[in-house]
Amino acid sequence: MSDSFDQISQQLKRRHRKSARLKYFSMGALGLAAMFLLIFFADMLNKGLPAFKQAMVNVEVNYSEEASRSGRAAIDRDLSSIVSRSVVRVIPLEMRNDPSLLGTTQTRWVLASAEVDQYLKGNRARRLDADDMARIDSLVASGQIEMRFNSGFFSRGDSKMAELAGIMSAVVGTVMTMIVTLAIAFPIGVMTAIYLEEFAPDNRLTQLIEININNLAAIPSILFGLLGLAIFINFFGVPRSSPLVGGMTLALMTLPVIIISTRTALRSVPESIRHAAFGVGCSRWQVVKDHVLPLAMPGIMTGSIIGLAQAMGETAPLIIVGMVAFIPDVTASFTEAATVMPAQVFTWSGEPDRAFVEKTAGGILVLLAVLISLNASAVLLRKKFERRW
Amino acid sequence: MSAKMPEMTYQSNPEIGQPYTRNEMACHDLSIRVRDLNLWYGKSQALKGLNIDLFQKNVTALIGPSGCGKSTFLRCLNRMNDLIPSVRIEGLVEMDGRDVNASKMDEVALRRRVGMVFQKPNPFPKSIYENIAYAPRMHDLVSRKADQDELVEKALRDAGLWNEVKDKLQEPGTSLSGGQQQRLCIARAIAVQPDVILMDEPTSALDPISTATIEDLMDKLKEKFTIVTVTHNMQQAARVADYTAFFHLGEIIEYNDTKVMFSTPAQKKTEDYISGRYG
Repeated sequence: MSDSFDQISQQLKRRHRKSARLKYFSMGALGLAAMFLLIFFADMLNKGLPAFKQAMVNVEVNYSEEASRSGRAAIDRDLSSIVSRSVVRVIPLEMRNDPSLLGTTQTRWVLASAEVDQYLKGNRARRLDADDMARIDSLVASGQIEMRFNSGFFSRGDSKMAELAGIMSAVVGTVMTMIVTLAIAFPIGVMTAIYLEEFAPDNRLTQLIEININNLAAIPSILFGLLGLAIFINFFGVPRSSPLVGGMTLALMTLPVIIISTRTALRSVPESIRHAAFGVGCSRWQVVKDHVLPLAMPGIMTGSIIGLAQAMGETAPLIIVGMVAFIPDVTASFTEAATVMPAQVFTWSGEPDRAFVEKTAGGILVLLAVLISLNASAVLLRKKFERRW
Repeated sequence: MSAKMPEMTYQSNPEIGQPYTRNEMACHDLSIRVRDLNLWYGKSQALKGLNIDLFQKNVTALIGPSGCGKSTFLRCLNRMNDLIPSVRIEGLVEMDGRDVNASKMDEVALRRRVGMVFQKPNPFPKSIYENIAYAPRMHDLVSRKADQDELVEKALRDAGLWNEVKDKLQEPGTSLSGGQQQRLCIARAIAVQPDVILMDEPTSALDPISTATIEDLMDKLKEKFTIVTVTHNMQQAARVADYTAFFHLGEIIEYNDTKVMFSTPAQKKTEDYISGRYG
């Protein structure tokens, strides 16, 4: 005799309870992950957004003979603790570029010092005494001190003065390094994958190569830095700290990612397309070039962009090849010293000045924005070029 | 069957590779000659000492139960088996007096003269026009755009597809129905003007109406091309083929005029198979 429905549901109850429990656990895990992400973003925005604002002071600048030697002389001595020390260098430079300024007096906005900036943002400013604070408050009240958009953060290089420090040189360094990485890793990676997938016989040697490529993807990135130091810098004499050596080192790291994603993309092209192409008399290379590659391209692009994004966030190997450097001026060539965004963030995070905390967070925000837009472009490319068969 | 039947005499000991009975209506110029063809996949032998003569401008059907080697044999004729690394081939496949398996023979040149249509329609994921024009352009058969347009139209007309697609040549080939896709693949194969067209179960993925269209098409195409087709469908072989070869376990059991084979098979195995007793 078989069991009745009631008996069966009785037995099922425990199983249903178990699956419900599992469902709630997974939902809880997802919720936890989402919460951490939210906290992370909120914290970054909270700390980083003030970096995009900067206090400016409206002062009278007296372009005197003395000011052309020391910029400090151009500004009222009482304001010297309020105006950024950067005027010492900037004003003589201005006068050299434009000699007609000599002897004139102009009222203009200049950078306030980081202390003032921090004070106005509600942080503790240790070097300001009560008099200074009172003066700042009255200047704010009379509109002589204003918070303005910190365009300098995006247009200047690094500086030891927090109010002057910007991320531009790091952005340029990152772009140059990525150009080198992509120029090396993309063609080599794609060609390697095409050879392994479409041409190479399946034997011991190619299996060995395959295993090693997969292992390469799992090597700690700092080892690539050591390799770059030993081979590119010490053996081949590539200039250290340069985008060239950084790009070459990161290319080694990106290579397995590109190879693996390209092979996956090639393998996902249906065999029937290859048969059709061989059937009309294509040579092996024509099959690849005219039929397989166009279909695999979205996958290859996505993989390469993901690999590039990974390389962009990499700091450890670049420390070894000397790319964590103080770079006040924008790098002009591939062989000059440069730094990259994550390295810049790393440098700022080590600065003792309170004002660098927001710079660090601001740098991370810029880096995150670039990475998110890169990943978004990978998704868009995939959608745009995806073809059906 | 037909009134001609009594005139066809069963030859008890036919010349090697020849059909037991000649179809008096058909053309008997040799297209491909196969002698002692053996093929191994690794250690297992898939084709055992095949001998067969395939005649020009005829439809030859290869029938037999699954795994009997008929598709493998078909792929020997344009060296598609080269793509499988473990395959080893011995014996002669001769076309135009040349051994197609010789190292001097360029498989690209061979496939230009021996086209192929596959079981599942596999148009390129390009436009209908590009599906046809790609191969002739690659083989330098056409240079001017006007020639190319003309060739595309001719191939589509020959494949009986022109009227259905002439207004949407730039649409993707994959947007067509299954039967239309298969005719597009046939048009693609004939666009390079081959001598032989191999068809590997061309209608097995299609509905009965599309199948009938393709069968009519094969009947027309044999005026210009030699057609070798693999089929699981014995009625189809009886309808379209001039000659039929029956494969069993990697051997050709019987090769004969289709009408004779289906009315009076010479071998017991053939009779069992075509009467549906196994397979």
